[in-house]
Amino acid sequence: MQQSLNTTLLIIGGGPGGYVAAIRAGQLGISTILVEGQALGGTCLNIGCIPSKALIHVAEQFQQTRHHSQGSALGINVSAPTLDIGKSVEWKDGIVDRLTTGVAALLRKHKVQVIHGWARVIDGKTVEIEGADTRIQCEHLLLATGSKSVNLPMLPIGGPIISSTEALAPKALPKRLIVVGGGYIGLELGIAYRKLGAEVSVVEAQERILPAYDAELTQPVLESVKQLGIKLYLKHSVEGFDAATHSLQVRDPNGDSLQLETDQVLVAVGRKPNTQGWNLEALNLEMNGSAIRIDNRCQTSMRNVWAIGDLAGEPMLAHRAMAQGEMVAELIAGQHREFNPTAIAAVCFTDPELVVVGKTPDEAKAAGLDCIVSSFPFAANGRAMTLESKSGFVRVVARRDNHLIVGWQAVGVGVSELSTAFGQSLEMGARLEDIAGTIHAHPTLGEAVQEAALRALGHALHL
Amino acid sequence: MGTHVIKMPDIGEGIAEVELAQWHVKVGDLVVEDQVLADVMTDKAMVDIPSPVHGKVIALGGQPGEVMAVGSILISIEVEGAGNLKASDQLVKEPAPIKEAAPAVAAPKVEAAPVVESKPAAACRPAPQAPVARDADERPLASPAVRKHALDLGIQLRLVQGSGPAGRILHEDLDAYLAQGTQSARSGSAPSGYAEHHDEEQIPVIGMRRKIAQRMQEATQRAAHFSYVEEIDVTAVEELRAHLNEKHGASRGKLTLLPFLVRALVVALRDFPQINARYDDEAQVITRHGAVHVGVATQSDVGLMVPVVKHAEARSLWDSAAEISRLATAARNGKAARDELSGSTITLTSLGALGGIVSTPVLNLPEVAIVGVNKIVERPMVIKGQIVIRKMMNLSSSFDHRVVDGMDAALFIQAIRGLLEQPASLFIE
Repeated sequence: MQQSLNTTLLIIGGGPGGYVAAIRAGQLGISTILVEGQALGGTCLNIGCIPSKALIHVAEQFQQTRHHSQGSALGINVSAPTLDIGKSVEWKDGIVDRLTTGVAALLRKHKVQVIHGWARVIDGKTVEIEGADTRIQCEHLLLATGSKSVNLPMLPIGGPIISSTEALAPKALPKRLIVVGGGYIGLELGIAYRKLGAEVSVVEAQERILPAYDAELTQPVLESVKQLGIKLYLKHSVEGFDAATHSLQVRDPNGDSLQLETDQVLVAVGRKPNTQGWNLEALNLEMNGSAIRIDNRCQTSMRNVWAIGDLAGEPMLAHRAMAQGEMVAELIAGQHREFNPTAIAAVCFTDPELVVVGKTPDEAKAAGLDCIVSSFPFAANGRAMTLESKSGFVRVVARRDNHLIVGWQAVGVGVSELSTAFGQSLEMGARLEDIAGTIHAHPTLGEAVQEAALRALGHALHL
Repeated sequence: MGTHVIKMPDIGEGIAEVELAQWHVKVGDLVVEDQVLADVMTDKAMVDIPSPVHGKVIALGGQPGEVMAVGSILISIEVEGAGNLKASDQLVKEPAPIKEAAPAVAAPKVEAAPVVESKPAAACRPAPQAPVARDADERPLASPAVRKHALDLGIQLRLVQGSGPAGRILHEDLDAYLAQGTQSARSGSAPSGYAEHHDEEQIPVIGMRRKIAQRMQEATQRAAHFSYVEEIDVTAVEELRAHLNEKHGASRGKLTLLPFLVRALVVALRDFPQINARYDDEAQVITRHGAVHVGVATQSDVGLMVPVVKHAEARSLWDSAAEISRLATAARNGKAARDELSGSTITLTSLGALGGIVSTPVLNLPEVAIVGVNKIVERPMVIKGQIVIRKMMNLSSSFDHRVVDGMDAALFIQAIRGLLEQPASLFIE
């Protein structure tokens, strides 16, 4: 006998967008059902942000220990470390477990009904659960199915060819790894694997790594990558994989074919909205490329059908999905809301880290703004030196006419945490004088933030 | 090259401070000898400050509206030769003087020394910085909390002017926008076809206007005003005036009614010395004056002025008339000397044809009486049982009840009435 459920809000997808929307809806007293086919937390908690940061931490610790074992300047003496990757993965899984369990508890607390199963859309108000003979009727349908790794037809995932999902749960470390894709996912994992001991090469079709960011900003990352001994094949395109010889065939800029021997190939060429396999076609929604088209309230072209997060296109960032999810719940509760952030921070957990909030100098120029661009190097920052890291800088972009800050960028060890300050300054409409006039604690990396603003005003103190 | 400084001169007797009313020059200007540099104001007199030297203005000592101590530096002029700048003189600089013209001597800005007024400089500060204009497609600058609040209120931020730094929209701006919005919403329900205007203009109360404001406020706060209105049949005096103008107008000048009123005051005051008096309420002394110095309230472009016809008791009709005319012109042109604007013992105020039927004049302290003249109209009056047409005029007068009793005031006005209705008696000694 078919089970039939009724709810005000039905959310498909329990990732950061979906589960935050559910919690907020629960807080607002909206009866809510969340359908998730895999694990709560989605890509972010299970096979994305969190596990990758865990692996990066393991790699960093391992690398540091090896650094000390080779006689570091710090005077720490240890013998050469060994790695039990199985245990590392276990530790990572423990964190993921704790977080996903936490999400489940939060959903329970807010009286959200969670249904484990694959949703199949019937129409804008009806969803079926595959294999469970359950049909759910809703007033509002929130689509939050996220994104998937982009696959390359000549490199089908399987065997030695892996995606980031496999790379985050290695059973053993490959001796040699080729990363296809020099974007942030490929570099984060490539650097981690290199630190864990693998020989890593990166194949990138464009002429720079992290091509989404400007050359000045990515320069310290490039230097670090080289210093780590990661081989770069820039302007190289992938042609295929020869399983017999364990080699990746690439074409160099001159059109010559190269065979790169390797044990594994990590395909990290981006992510695409997850629109397939759950009968989204039934809604015939307007699309924006491969993503669902939404307005500034995350409304799709169908009334009371909402879409958030990666499914709705770039920027594919968990924190954007969360903010959208929160907003949609409030809209459904009858509040007036729109998605109108000044900036959404983007962070690369490479070594060194890279953070971009708001407009880069190029973007500001393209927007027709006459801007002051000023940067302050960590080489002149005491805290950076004590962290054994002097590379990188903080850069500020501000309008010349009224000194309104329109963008922040930073590259350096630990700068991901500066995104908080950057985001706040942009959302609050800070001017250079506001940041320059804020006392920043000494000794911290944040001093470089203040100094960048001071330098833009023509009077940096430590430069 | 030297610097010549000009200090705020002592213009009046015992005046400690002077209001800077207007600059005629700015920093960087070349000035020649006798060129007017500034207008300053004491009491009610506007005084020109001419330049004693040739040179270039390098610093101004104050801004219009600022009350400056007598002796403080008014202006610094770069001159050929040594100048008169002494080491002890502190140079007053304008906030942003031209760089190369900036004098070598740097000094803190001298505040206009002991100032009675509260915040004299505030009056001349420019209006609050105009909101930064935003391009039509530019994103409004506001914090997330303000954005959320605006959405809750249904306000489109792009319509709201921001008063914060860089044009940032603050919670206060939303409140202001909302207050304005409810107003239009209310009248919007009944469309009149006439546009509402929400523009405002802020006029700093400085110079003459500030003086007038102070004097009027002081007068109404200190004196116990009462007004007394009586109607006067001026048919006879008007006939006399017409006759005299016809006979002597060409040679001696035209007479208005004012000289007759002055004469009536002079004659009536002989019996009412307590009304031709000045009351010093701090010393608790009333000074009765033998002389009758009649202040004649005069409207000028910059406001009310009261030039004084001195020794009216010694003047003939034509003499009074000529003096009134001369003083009125001088006052209107801002050329009245300080002593021509002070020392009155009683004041006469008239708006002529605009005089209305009743007014309540404000005393010109420390005087104790002011006589207001209303318009002359022909009215049917009953005389000896007959209705006849007479020229009638009201006198609306105010007195300081602290020192003038109602009976005395009434008797005084009745005396004037008697004199004006029997004009011959004006001239019988």
